[in-house]
Amino acid sequence: MARMTMIKAINSALDNLMQRDETVCSFGEDAGYFGGVFGCTEGLQAKHGLNRVFDAPINEAAIIAMAIGMASNGLRPVAEIQFSDYIFPGFDQIVSELSRIRYRTAGSFTTPVTIRTPCGGGIYGGQTHSMSPEAFFTHIPGIRVVMPSNPYDAKGMLIASVECDDPVIFFEPKRLYNGPFDGDPHKPALAWSSHEKGEVPTDHYTVSIDKAEIVRAGSELTILAYGTMVHVAQESVRVAGVDAEVIDLRTLLPYDMQTIAKSVNKTGRCVVLHEAPRTSGFGAELIAQIQEDCFYALEAPVVRVTGWDTPYPHAHEWAYFPGQERVIRAIKQVLEG
Amino acid sequence: MKRNKNNNNTGFFVPEPAARPGEKPDFSRIDISSPGAVPMYKIDCAAKQTHEFADGLIRVLGFDGVAGGDWDPKLDASELLEMLRLISLTRTYDERMFKLQRQGKMSFYMKSLGEEAVAVAAAKALDDEDMVFPSYRQQGILFSRGRDMVDMMCHCISNSRDNLKGRQLPVHYSWAEGNFFSISGNLCTQFPQAVGWAMASAAKGETAIAASWIGDGTTAEGDFHAALTLASVYRAPVILNVVNNQWAISTYAGIAGGDQASFASRGIGYGLPTLRVDGNDALAVYAATKWAAKRARSGHGATLIETVTYRGESHSTSDDPGKYRPKDEVKSWPLGDPLERLKDHLIGLGTWDDKRHEKMLTEQAELVRLAYKEAESFGTLREGPLSPTASIFDDVYVEQPWHIRRQRQDLGV
Ligand SMILES: Cc1ncc(C[n+]2csc(CCOP(=O)(O)OP(=O)(O)O)c2C)c(N)n1
Ligand SMILES: [Mg+2]
Repeated sequence: MARMTMIKAINSALDNLMQRDETVCSFGEDAGYFGGVFGCTEGLQAKHGLNRVFDAPINEAAIIAMAIGMASNGLRPVAEIQFSDYIFPGFDQIVSELSRIRYRTAGSFTTPVTIRTPCGGGIYGGQTHSMSPEAFFTHIPGIRVVMPSNPYDAKGMLIASVECDDPVIFFEPKRLYNGPFDGDPHKPALAWSSHEKGEVPTDHYTVSIDKAEIVRAGSELTILAYGTMVHVAQESVRVAGVDAEVIDLRTLLPYDMQTIAKSVNKTGRCVVLHEAPRTSGFGAELIAQIQEDCFYALEAPVVRVTGWDTPYPHAHEWAYFPGQERVIRAIKQVLEG
Repeated sequence: MKRNKNNNNTGFFVPEPAARPGEKPDFSRIDISSPGAVPMYKIDCAAKQTHEFADGLIRVLGFDGVAGGDWDPKLDASELLEMLRLISLTRTYDERMFKLQRQGKMSFYMKSLGEEAVAVAAAKALDDEDMVFPSYRQQGILFSRGRDMVDMMCHCISNSRDNLKGRQLPVHYSWAEGNFFSISGNLCTQFPQAVGWAMASAAKGETAIAASWIGDGTTAEGDFHAALTLASVYRAPVILNVVNNQWAISTYAGIAGGDQASFASRGIGYGLPTLRVDGNDALAVYAATKWAAKRARSGHGATLIETVTYRGESHSTSDDPGKYRPKDEVKSWPLGDPLERLKDHLIGLGTWDDKRHEKMLTEQAELVRLAYKEAESFGTLREGPLSPTASIFDDVYVEQPWHIRRQRQDLGV
């Protein structure tokens, strides 16, 4: 075991993977020699060589297409898209190709590609370094979409993603790279070294990409969250002093409905959180499924707390971010409803 | 499975720069022709004629400070001094803003150190009615078009007077009144947009042309090829500029395919005239832009221009270049410094001297200092005041639809 940031944990996962399996390779813009703009692949080129860890030209379509081609020829590529805001030039390769190759060839061609990409706000990145575009991807049949909320899960889930034979989009909440964040920008930044989930084995292990995790058991209501919002949820629950069950979804597609339904059927009340805009966000999917599966157990309408339906504003970042105040208000609304 | 380093005859090739941190800078790959080596072309020449020199370098200013060759725009002293002043002002402004970012006054900054002439000289060669679609490293255009420096600063520190209402990352200027299109954070998107703008101008029978700038690394994007296709097919009145400053964050131009052929030569396959220019030679940039503008305005379509320069500073305030290139690489850059070269030229002409130069630098530093003082009086990102919070819900649509109105009420603003 070692204390790791999420960056180190991701780096360690890639290192383990490349050590064990010579078909694993990793590439992206600035992700070779320099080790990525956040340092997730630092040192890997020196250790594993130029053909396994390398810099890619600035073309996200090319990066994803190259990964598809490599995967169809026996490699297990991990492609880094520098910011998820910049994944869209590669969207066609994901929607029309990566996600469908198994289906359209009746399983005779497969493309086990993992796309790693940082997402989310909270770093004053403005509208092109802050997006949470997960819902665009949860609408694509044939890919898996995951988002860890801590270093331990990040490493275990990244290894599971790369070892999975399905293509995976692996979102990394960049605000959590160096420490947990409960949504209050005025508090001093925390480090993962003081958090139990910053304790990460240096060896290979996996964390299921099929299971959500109940990070706090409770009886009064269920809060569904993923990524940064998991930490906002936990702190909001503490501040509000309610006995909420907080579920870290971890995987958005296919999501763990069993764990969700079990919890909502128990509590009868549910709040769904995400940083992404509200309309047609992933929360809409969760709530639709909850009302189908848990309708008779519900005591109050399910409520969403989300980013606004606007681009992420730079200066007013904290008016956009769905912080504790709004989460607590939703908790109260659902408990009273 | 065999996977080896380059040169072992196995595996695929991964380009590597000539020098990494701790190694001796090496620019032997940069071929430098002398002023006059590339002939001036007739304004309506066949694109093919320019292709012979797609790997050459249009230069006017020799390293002795003397101007020469066909491309000498023969500017008068006041025009030369104006460019010198603008290049210097851009540099002084950048320097100050970079420092202020380090002091926490803004979230982010990007300098154009060492490549100021690319923006300034091009802007001076264009008409003010021409629409520019820049990247984030052509702030020199704003100075050249006379934008108020306090306004620029107010944008960068995201305060109550930011014309973009704090919505954009610093340096991502937009200035409609100055025909300066909104800078996108997403690379290359503006390149084909510039072609569309130019086509609209042509369709309306207007004389304004468009010009756009991207970096060497950005030429790898699909939109680069989209722009060249459109520009070629529709003979749009547009100038497409590639600013080859050798680096794209940590990757050198070879990762964008720059070792195999020049970026200018990308135009050959599209049948576009291509000019490859010494980007640190303000006169050469001016002349090339003037030529391309005249050609576009007279109905002969688009030109691709590569300006060869060097990014003198880190990519932005977020990276440490000492981690990927030799610390003193800029000192070995064979095309020198655009400010020094123009200064030497002016001194050679007898219209400038070191004393006046020093005085200008001092005055500009003071100008920038005072401008910042004024800008700060309208607030800063950290301390405010910012644009009103409620304004984050404006301009998503023409009018606020019900769902956004509801969200605004939810926020209580
Ligand atoms: C579509 C897209 N992909 C990636 C990025 C991240 N990024 C920002 S600047 C940059 C390097 C650009 O280098 P270059 O084109 O050479 O321009 P320079 O910064 O040297 O002016 C990268 C990769 C982005 N902004 N947009
Ligand atoms: Mg560059």
